[in-house]
Amino acid sequence: MAMDRRSFIKLTALAGGGMLVGLYSDAGAQAAERGRPAGGQRPGGPPPLAPQAFISIAPDGTVTIMAGRPEIGQGVKTMMPMLIAEELDVEWKHVKVTQSKLENKYGTQFSGGSFGTPGAWEPLRRVGATGRHMLVLAASQAWNVPASECTTESGRVFHKPSNRSVGYGEIATKAAALPTPDPADVKMKDPKDYKIIGHSTRGVDVPDIVTGKPIFGIDVSVPGMLYAVFHKCPVFGGTVASANLDEIKKLPGIKHAFVVDGTEIKGNVLPNDPGLEPGIAIVADSWWLAQSARGKLKVKWNEGRWADPAQSSDAFATRALELSKQPPTKTIRNDGDVQSALKGAAKVVEGAYSYPFIAHAPLEPQNCTASFKDGKMEIWSTSQIPQGGRSMVARLLNIPESDITLHMLRAGGAFGRRLYNDYMVEAAWISKTIGAPVKLVWSREDDMQHDYYRPGGFQFLKGGLDASGNLIAWDNHFISYGEGERFAPWGNMSAEFPMKAVPNYALHYTLMPLGVKTGALRAPGSNAYAFVIQSFLDEMAHAAGKDPVVFLTGLLASPASPTGGPPNQGGGMNVGRMRAVLELVVEKSGWGKRKLPKGTGMGVAFYFSHMGYFAEVAQVSVSAGKQVKVEHVWVAGDIGSQIVNPGAAENMVQGSIVDGLSELMSQEITLDHGRVKQTNYHQHQMLRMHQTPKIEVFFNKTNNPPTGLGEPAMPPLLPAVCNAIFAATGDRVRSLPLSKHGYDWA
Amino acid sequence: MAVDAPADMPLLWVLRDLLKLPGTKYGCGIGQCAACTVHLNGAPARSCTITVEAAAKSRITTIEGLSVDGSHPVQIAWMDVDVPQCGYCQSGQIMAAAALLKRTPNPTDKDIDDAMDGNLCRCGTYIRIRQAIHKAASLNHPMTSKPAAPTKKKAAVAAKKGGL
Repeated sequence: MAMDRRSFIKLTALAGGGMLVGLYSDAGAQAAERGRPAGGQRPGGPPPLAPQAFISIAPDGTVTIMAGRPEIGQGVKTMMPMLIAEELDVEWKHVKVTQSKLENKYGTQFSGGSFGTPGAWEPLRRVGATGRHMLVLAASQAWNVPASECTTESGRVFHKPSNRSVGYGEIATKAAALPTPDPADVKMKDPKDYKIIGHSTRGVDVPDIVTGKPIFGIDVSVPGMLYAVFHKCPVFGGTVASANLDEIKKLPGIKHAFVVDGTEIKGNVLPNDPGLEPGIAIVADSWWLAQSARGKLKVKWNEGRWADPAQSSDAFATRALELSKQPPTKTIRNDGDVQSALKGAAKVVEGAYSYPFIAHAPLEPQNCTASFKDGKMEIWSTSQIPQGGRSMVARLLNIPESDITLHMLRAGGAFGRRLYNDYMVEAAWISKTIGAPVKLVWSREDDMQHDYYRPGGFQFLKGGLDASGNLIAWDNHFISYGEGERFAPWGNMSAEFPMKAVPNYALHYTLMPLGVKTGALRAPGSNAYAFVIQSFLDEMAHAAGKDPVVFLTGLLASPASPTGGPPNQGGGMNVGRMRAVLELVVEKSGWGKRKLPKGTGMGVAFYFSHMGYFAEVAQVSVSAGKQVKVEHVWVAGDIGSQIVNPGAAENMVQGSIVDGLSELMSQEITLDHGRVKQTNYHQHQMLRMHQTPKIEVFFNKTNNPPTGLGEPAMPPLLPAVCNAIFAATGDRVRSLPLSKHGYDWA
Repeated sequence: MAVDAPADMPLLWVLRDLLKLPGTKYGCGIGQCAACTVHLNGAPARSCTITVEAAAKSRITTIEGLSVDGSHPVQIAWMDVDVPQCGYCQSGQIMAAAALLKRTPNPTDKDIDDAMDGNLCRCGTYIRIRQAIHKAASLNHPMTSKPAAPTKKKAAVAAKKGGL
């Protein structure tokens, strides 16, 4: 990203003789131009011009770097300060990292959409370089020598001709008094001189994690704090008709029990931001007592319009099949003449694909601590988008945002769930109602039954091949959720690859009304569409009698221009970069070169999402009893010129593969009359250690700006494994999860 | 340590909310994820499904008590290998690993899989967890290098099933 002239540095002298440098830029706005961050509430108006990070240097040379974004396990609290420290030219062991609060001066404090690295790469290195520039200038003035004769290393400025040097801490106050240069003008390092970027660096919170320090949101404790549960209707939007609250209030330890009416929920399509949902709050002097009291609750609900037999998983499947035979509601794209091409094709393949609703289920259940006192609110939260939560709380309680202090705590995973701030408005409402600090903790059952689910969907595909086995037609009738022409959040799809690679391409859709909330789950959209598109391409390759790699490589030969669609899903793909990672994974996996035993197969898939290029090969064995062992996964990725923290990057990719395998085998949320049936992890399982394959990760470094890694490695895993199952058994999996077809892990 | 608590309160909530030891984590409440793993008389146990009454007579060790200063070999190995992503499950993983190494100082991959299979990691750090357990074993520290106890198999089975 190029710096522009609107960027400037703010410089403040610290009490005690330090310096404070903050970069003001509109990086947030630039990120927004490339594609909206995944889901979530947006604060009103465009992102403000604001600092991305701060540096302070104490007289003893200790450098403290503020981490401004929410740490949700993706490593930004380590990676972003690494960028600053590199260009400041200090040693990492002298750096302390501090998590900032939510304050407008830090600008967009958002984690999601794999936007961390691309948003930080340029501006945060310039923060460090600007700080270094000013320290050099201060030293050169003190010595009365040209700044150009000075160099820096490990937190010191050197003037080699006169054999003098000075520590950053000794000149920080003087540096802070200098005018600030335009960060666009400061010189940055040649990447070959990097000492921190590109070197594996341990997560800054790891020592606290391994000793059990109270660093997560759920660990917060404030004086006088009470504990709350919030009991909602099993059907979305259902309200309380009556409840035995007088009995509940008499139970041991119960301080308060009251009905929350909730704010009005408008519109036909469920919005991201339903406001405060109705329910019953129970507050006690320990969480367990509040939770135990729920067991004695007797509630009569007004369940509302969504308690409907049509709001059941089986009914949706039946309806989707009916709708697939009718004309679609709308056509998104129509290139060439698909119907004529299919009629004239030498071979036509049809595939009815589907995938389920999935819960996020991060291991730390949703929670929030709120303290309302004297008209002001203090909040401790793990939100991925705390600005959105603050805005909601301000609107709900009718107080200005400036009266809300929000502390950002480390999150025990998020995966998109913490883009939604429902738990924050609940905690705020309860604290204000009872006039005391309160920690709201959702049970795991609350978390699984009141999620913003990854929307399920149905895709009815037809593909046509000519006599030479070339793909000439691609037709998709997508049956998703929403009302009229308006998709439920993240139930939308754009035209994407193989658009432009096939002359006749059409994408249509029809929607079914839905009564649960939907939202962004890691690699939203892509986590489902990769499975459909790359599985069906594998079907077409086999129908054409071609090796899948040969077939896919042929499609990547054209177009030369990038494909369309939003960049956080499949759009903007550069086919050359994708071809290179496909070649790399073919080479590393020994594709087509090894003889595999009967019942073992290899599958390949690629996918572009979140600006990252990933191609993956899975080697899978399947027993006669349909027991699946994923033996080995090879991953090749291109996320630009630098891997900022290689050890963390490998960990993230391996975790993405594990996550993909969890989704693939058994994760499914099913609905019955608008109610979610699953309650806990035993019904929505994760992969376990003994099921984890060998995972090898390779990066193809290319001359492109570095991009994010939280998401793009995950989507190709699902089709790679399904294509391997086909290679091993001849069984084509067209609906997920695998457990529905009798498969299980070996 | 003395505490006033209802007899049926799970040990997890006594530790977290009454004794203010929040290193032991709540994940599922039904013994499915093992984020709440502590040691009862040296053996791994799921504190979310054990009442305080049932645990009261045992010697209880939580992550806060595993070492005074983070110097337990499992903690050192976890730092060296940089295991965590979000880190929320890791105190439970570390407690399970420490109990394994006490019983089986030089575990095979299979030993590790058997002992750790009950501990879920939503971020998927299993490869690093296994690597860190091997690393901890290689440190040959007195806390993990006692001869294997005769009850080793039984303990491993109990850990897998998620309760003692």
